[in-house]
Amino acid sequence: MSALPAALLESGETTTAEAVLFWTLGPVMVLAALGLLFAKKAVHAALAVIVVMISLAFLYVAQDAVFLGVVQVVVYTGAVMMLFLFVLMLVGVDSSDSLVETIRGQRWIGLLAGIGLGVVLVGVVGRATYGPPVGLTGAAVDDNPTGVAHIIFGQYVFAFEVVGALLVTAALGALVLTHRQRLTPRVGQKERADARVAAGATLTPLPAPGVYARHNAMDVPALGPDGQPLESSVPRVLRVRGQEADAEEFAARTQRVLAGVSQVRGNPPPKAAPEGAAVNAPDLGAAVSDSGQDGPSTGPAGVIGQEDGK
Amino acid sequence: MRILTEAVAPVTADFSNDTWWIWLIKAVAIVVFLLTSVLIAIWFERKVVARMQVRPGPNVHGPFGLLQSLADAMKLLVKEDMTVKAADKLVYIVAPMIAVFCALLTFAVIPFGPNVSMFGVNTPVQLTDFPVAVLYILACASVGVYGIVLGGWSSGSTYPLLGAVRSTAQVISYELAMGLSLVSVFILAGSMSTSQIVTSQTAVWWFLPLLPAFVIYIISMVGETNRLPFDLPEAEGELVSGYMTEYSSMKFAWFFLAEYINMLNVSAVATTLFLGGWRAPWPISAINDGMFNEGWWPVLWFLAKLWTLMFVFVWIRGSVLRFRYDQFMKIGWKVLIPAALVWVVAVGVVQGVRQFSGLELRSVLFVLAGIVVVGLLISFLIPEKKQPVPPQRPPGPQEYDPYAGGYPVPPLPGQVLPPSPRKQRAAAAAADGESSTTPQVTQEVHGG
Repeated sequence: MSALPAALLESGETTTAEAVLFWTLGPVMVLAALGLLFAKKAVHAALAVIVVMISLAFLYVAQDAVFLGVVQVVVYTGAVMMLFLFVLMLVGVDSSDSLVETIRGQRWIGLLAGIGLGVVLVGVVGRATYGPPVGLTGAAVDDNPTGVAHIIFGQYVFAFEVVGALLVTAALGALVLTHRQRLTPRVGQKERADARVAAGATLTPLPAPGVYARHNAMDVPALGPDGQPLESSVPRVLRVRGQEADAEEFAARTQRVLAGVSQVRGNPPPKAAPEGAAVNAPDLGAAVSDSGQDGPSTGPAGVIGQEDGK
Repeated sequence: MRILTEAVAPVTADFSNDTWWIWLIKAVAIVVFLLTSVLIAIWFERKVVARMQVRPGPNVHGPFGLLQSLADAMKLLVKEDMTVKAADKLVYIVAPMIAVFCALLTFAVIPFGPNVSMFGVNTPVQLTDFPVAVLYILACASVGVYGIVLGGWSSGSTYPLLGAVRSTAQVISYELAMGLSLVSVFILAGSMSTSQIVTSQTAVWWFLPLLPAFVIYIISMVGETNRLPFDLPEAEGELVSGYMTEYSSMKFAWFFLAEYINMLNVSAVATTLFLGGWRAPWPISAINDGMFNEGWWPVLWFLAKLWTLMFVFVWIRGSVLRFRYDQFMKIGWKVLIPAALVWVVAVGVVQGVRQFSGLELRSVLFVLAGIVVVGLLISFLIPEKKQPVPPQRPPGPQEYDPYAGGYPVPPLPGQVLPPSPRKQRAAAAAADGESSTTPQVTQEVHGG
């Protein structure tokens, strides 16, 4: 950075390095500015603006306006364009605006205003005259931020304060316009939990869907301790859509399983399978062996043996 | 009109002797330092978190598992590099590069030490410095976030987009607090150049007089680097891994690299602005007339402070849970930014009074402390807000039938279990035997 001072010599000539920088960044900026006009996606247009801004910051720094260059990046690129992107992304990933005119003849009015602005700009810029260059040592007495501070808080302090008041008013106006009076007390996490307890609703998470030897999916209700299918174990969305597996079928199967269990527990297994179970014999067998696990004596056989041995 | 009464030199460090090859050596050294530091930081984080969770951590590759991160890097390099079909190609590829390049820029203005003799050239251990160096760091950080935001957007997928949107909101809110906390350092140091700020901390490091600003900076620097408990843009529990969900192989590694370099960056900024930069800590700095504040020694102090802050990062990650998004935003906007604003105004007023009235700093601080104490005393006089009256419960414990619903149910607040059957039987037996002592039936009242 220490090489950059004296970029603008006392004579008003730019150095070669600055000229090279300008002629490199110039085309980039023009291309990016055109990209802003012709980009199809809004985010691409925003990116083009960012490229223009950062290139502009480089040019400021090359002209030894380091403070201006860096603040340009911090404020405009870092905050304002970030806010733009935020809104663009919230609006939609690829929302392309409809080209239907909502105001009649706005295109012609816009064209006319644009040509008018162009004429004014050409007239003003063409007639502008510059005084003789004073050189950097004359323009910035101390270092760059101090010089800028002297100008802002000395020469232009009134304009600066007015702009500040305007911005604060605008921010306050936005707050007031978007403010909504709260009509009911705020319902937060604690209030919801209290209401759930008071209403006697389920405090624990809902039961998970059932896991069966031959079916393991979200659509099958789990069995409660009483052997009945639990409706609440199937996600509400599936129930609303009617994609729940037939609870009746599972209830019936459960009945058969329970019947089998009672027979197993009561007396030696029957020689003949009970009626109706023959069709689903493998199911019954699997289910019985599953449900048999909550019987009292089905710990690992080895453990029982050890206990007996001692 | 001269407003500042004392004009300070814009930049303390003297770069006048630098030649192009000195610049090249410093630049290459910074890049090499950052890349190796990242490798070490990954190992360090895994090892420290592991020790905090009472497990050994990486210990297979190399001594103490030191080569683990190298192995991870190799794995990432040779993984399949995928580009998702819905991606916005150019932006998708450029985004990780933005993140890394901007992260690499910060260390250019970080002073590692004072002037040393480097191959016969007297030069500071710092690549460059200029009057707005700290603002330049903020600018690099804010552009670096575009990497995250664009990466999330260009993936053309829902979770990355949500991560990107969160990241923008996070940056907008936490950079404000971060910038404001740095302003008080600028006011006291009278400069925004890093070398000048380090010079201004010769007597006292700024973290002591500016403790609130330091705390705000520490909090917002964690938010700025997307680390736990503020890693909402990549919250794996809700957003898979947020903005980098659709990235794989080297492009993912670039994001990873950027995150760790950013950790080093914010730690280095905190060291330079609040912890005295390369200056030796107090007892050491007094030895032999400041011998340890000269030559190459300061690099050691700088690195020690840097890695202490890195340890704090890991420590926080090991002990704090992720914030809920609304709570996170509330902290940023309703706590950090107002606190930072109030603090900046207070520091500005104190500094203004000092400069314009010529008062001693000590008397100003005494007056301020008096105001705080008086305010505290007045706050005791304010009557407390009345608590809402809790709903009336029937007086006295009520017995209930725990088996009314078929299952045993524990008592609700205000209810009491009837004596157990065994105790009932004991009571009945005692009544039959007509003993003089009546058995005590303990009743436990639940709840308040």
